[in-house]
Amino acid sequence: MSNREWPLWEVFIRSKQGLNHKHVGSLRAPDATLALENARDVYTRRSEGISIWVVESNYIHASDPSDADAMFEPSDTKVYRHPTFYEVPEGIKHM
Amino acid sequence: MKNEALYNYVLRLGDDSLILGQRLGEWCGHGPILEEDIAMTNISLDLIGQAMSLLDYAGELDGQGKDHDDLAFLRFEHEYRNALLVEQPNGDFANTMMRQFLFDAFRKPLYEKMLASTDKQLAAIAEKSLKETRYHLKHTSEWIIRMGDGTDESHQRAQTALDLLWRYTDELFSETSDDQLLISAGIAPSMLDVKAEWSKTVKEVLQEATLVIPTNNWQFEGGRRGVHSEHLGYLLAELQYMQRAYPNMKW
Repeated sequence: MSNREWPLWEVFIRSKQGLNHKHVGSLRAPDATLALENARDVYTRRSEGISIWVVESNYIHASDPSDADAMFEPSDTKVYRHPTFYEVPEGIKHM
Repeated sequence: MKNEALYNYVLRLGDDSLILGQRLGEWCGHGPILEEDIAMTNISLDLIGQAMSLLDYAGELDGQGKDHDDLAFLRFEHEYRNALLVEQPNGDFANTMMRQFLFDAFRKPLYEKMLASTDKQLAAIAEKSLKETRYHLKHTSEWIIRMGDGTDESHQRAQTALDLLWRYTDELFSETSDDQLLISAGIAPSMLDVKAEWSKTVKEVLQEATLVIPTNNWQFEGGRRGVHSEHLGYLLAELQYMQRAYPNMKW
């Protein structure tokens, strides 16, 4: 028996037409084809989705949590970046 | 007469699904990895769902007010009509996948041809089941290819499974004289056509998997006549325990 573990894959599911694929979790699989099948079995058995993406976790580059201050805090004070200073004209829907 | 022939036909389909579903369910919590554990129990639940539709329909044809539970839990071994293949023990993962692959490769063309059945109920069951079965065949084919064309050990295990299970495959295509009535009425597909497609699929996948079809083609049969291997009794004992111990219990 081999003790080598299969690579880890990140799973993204599109729940319905028009929505984005969202990260739902991860799983192990020997290759992409079986990763898709495993994702189907593990993450869509209650009709959660209509499309699946899998990406080998190795290929995901993440920001460093210790850089969070520098990366994200500066935007906290930039309220003017939110479009909250406009008056929405009457009759405009879906805003 | 035609109703009795159809009853027997539908019962065979239902029993194949039920017994194989029960076998696969034995893997629950024992799969080689979590993902495959879920995959196998998903397939098991698909098969048990198909068995429910088929056995309900059989009960309807029988006309004695029996439903799927009566047929699943209150028949004895010799009254079961499943093929010997599906009652064979799980063995290792390669053996389970090989059994499932040989069965899926049979069920897919059977359901495809059954879509055109003049019996509307049978055609409807085939339509629902076909989608599930296509996925099962895809999944098991992928595994057979990976195990056969994998490491020395996985190849050996897959070949051993094929050598063991090949002898149960002919029975899947057996036809009774009653079946001829159903075939000529356009209700059931001809098994000759189903077997031709089965052979094609099996050859393609096994070739890609570098596995060799056994040259010894001596075949077992009996399940379709109610003559089973010793394994079925143990399976039914477990399947039927609650209903036998507490008759008419519901939950």
